[in-house]
Amino acid sequence: MINTSNLSKTFGKNEVLKGISTTIKHGEVVAVIGPSGSGKSTFLRCLNLLEQPTSGEIHINDINITAGKVDKLKIRKNIGMVFQHFHLFPHMTVLENVTYAPQKVKNLSKQEANRLGKELIAKVGLTDKEDAYPNRLSGGQKQRVAIARALAMEPEIMLFDEPTSALDPEMVKEVLDVMKDLATTGMTMVIVTHEMNFAKEVADKVLFLDGGVLMEEGDPKEFFTEPKTSRAKDFLDKVL
Amino acid sequence: MNLDFNQIVPYIPFILEGIVATLKFVSISIIVGFILGTLLAICKITKVPLLKWIADAYTSIFRGTPLILQLMIIYFAVPQLTGLDITAFVSAVLAFGLNSAAYVSEIIRAGIMAVDKGQTEAAEALGVPYKSMMLNIILPQAFKNILPALMNEFITLTKESAIVSTIGYLDLMRRAQIVGADIYRNFEPLLFAGLIYWVMVFILTKIGGLVERRMRQSD
Ligand SMILES: Nc1ncnc2c1ncn2[C@@H]1O[C@H](COP(=O)(O)OP(=O)(O)O)[C@@H](O)[C@H]1O
Ligand SMILES: [Mg+2]
Repeated sequence: MINTSNLSKTFGKNEVLKGISTTIKHGEVVAVIGPSGSGKSTFLRCLNLLEQPTSGEIHINDINITAGKVDKLKIRKNIGMVFQHFHLFPHMTVLENVTYAPQKVKNLSKQEANRLGKELIAKVGLTDKEDAYPNRLSGGQKQRVAIARALAMEPEIMLFDEPTSALDPEMVKEVLDVMKDLATTGMTMVIVTHEMNFAKEVADKVLFLDGGVLMEEGDPKEFFTEPKTSRAKDFLDKVL
Repeated sequence: MNLDFNQIVPYIPFILEGIVATLKFVSISIIVGFILGTLLAICKITKVPLLKWIADAYTSIFRGTPLILQLMIIYFAVPQLTGLDITAFVSAVLAFGLNSAAYVSEIIRAGIMAVDKGQTEAAEALGVPYKSMMLNIILPQAFKNILPALMNEFITLTKESAIVSTIGYLDLMRRAQIVGADIYRNFEPLLFAGLIYWVMVFILTKIGGLVERRMRQSD
C-alpha cells in the first residue's frame, strides 16, 4: 500500500535521507526506530508530503505521489498524522478540534461530523471533555484528542511521530493503549517511537534508520533479539 | 488667565456634530485599513515573489511618507491629474484607510508569523485547504495575539484623524477651530475638543479590553 523507492531528502547540503526503499502493506503496523537525527521524522513527513522528497518515489495505493502534479490535499485526506507536540487548535474545543476537518474537507454536515466526533472522542475515553479547550487537558488527554482528530478523517493510514515523547511517564500508557486498540482494527500505522516494548509487542515490522540509511528492516522479535548490523546492536544496547 | 466657557455653549451642538463626522470617516477608514491590511499581510507571507514585492513596496511608501502629504495628494493632486472631483470625506477615508493598511499589515504579518508552525502542519496534515486554514486556524490565533497592537493602531488613527481639518473636512478639530475664530477665543473650544478626543480614545481602550477578555476565554 505504501512503497518508497530510493527516497532521498536533502536540506541544503545536509543529506538527511539517503535512498530509502521499503514497502508497507495494508494493515501493517510499522515501528520506525533509530538514533536522534537519523531522519525518522523526515521519512514520516515525506509520506504525507509535509516534506517534498528531493528524489526517489513514493507510491501509495499504486499512485505515485511524488509525480509532478499531484493533489496534496487529496493525498493527505487519506493519511492521518499525530505529532509529538499534539498541535491541537487552541481556540477550538475538543469536539470542534475533532469535527473541523471532516466538515471543511469532507463536507460533512455539522450533525454528521458531531456524531462521528463524539463517537471517536468516546473511543479515546474523553467524552466528559468534549466542550473543554485544549489548555484544560493533560498531555495524555491532548494526544488522545489529536488521535481522534486524525481518525475523524477516516484515513487508511496513520502516521505517528514520537506520540509519547512529550508526555509525563504516567500518561504514556493511556496513549499507547489507544494506539494498541487502533492497531487491532487493521489500520495501517507507521510509528516513530522510542517505546521499544511497544514496538516489540505491537509492531508487525521494524525499520531501523541510522544516518539517513535504512540499515535494517524486519520482524520485531528477530530485530530485538538478534540485530544483524553492529549499528543496530549499539543502538539497542543503549536504549534497552 | 481668563477662561470663559460660557461663550462656547451656543456652539456645543455644532462641535458635537463633529464627533459624528469624525467617527464616520474614522470607522470606515479602520474597516478599509483592516481588510486591505489583512490582504497585504497574506501577500507578504506567500511564496509568490511578485505579491510579496508589491505588498512590501506598498508598506514602504505609506509608512515612509507623512500622512498629511498622502492626504493632500489624494485631495488636491489626484483631481488635478484625473479631473475627478473627489470630496473631502472620500479623500479622508482613502488616505487614512490606505495608510492604516500599511501599519495593520505589518502587525498582522508579525501575528501570523508568531503562530506556532505546528498549527499549519496539523491543518495541512488534515488536508485543510489554504484559505480555510488561514481563516479558521491561523488568523483567529494571530488576531488574539495582536489585538493590543491593533487597538493601538485604531487609537492612533482616531487621534491623527484631526489632520483632515487641513482639507476642510468638518470634523471635530475643524469645528473647534471655526468656533475659535468666531469668538476670538481658541483655548476653550480646543480644550473642549481635546476632552472629546480623550473620551473617544478612552472608550476605544475599554472596548479593546473587553474584546481581549472575550478572546482569552480559551486560555
Ligand atoms: N526543515 C528542516 N530544515 C533543515 N534541516 C532539517 C529540517 N528538518 C530536519 N532537518 C535535519 O535533518 C536531520 C534529521 O532530522 P529528523 O528527521 O528530525 O531526525 P529524527 O526524527 O530521526 O530525530 C537532522 O540533522 C535535522 O537537523
Ligand atoms: Mg524526530
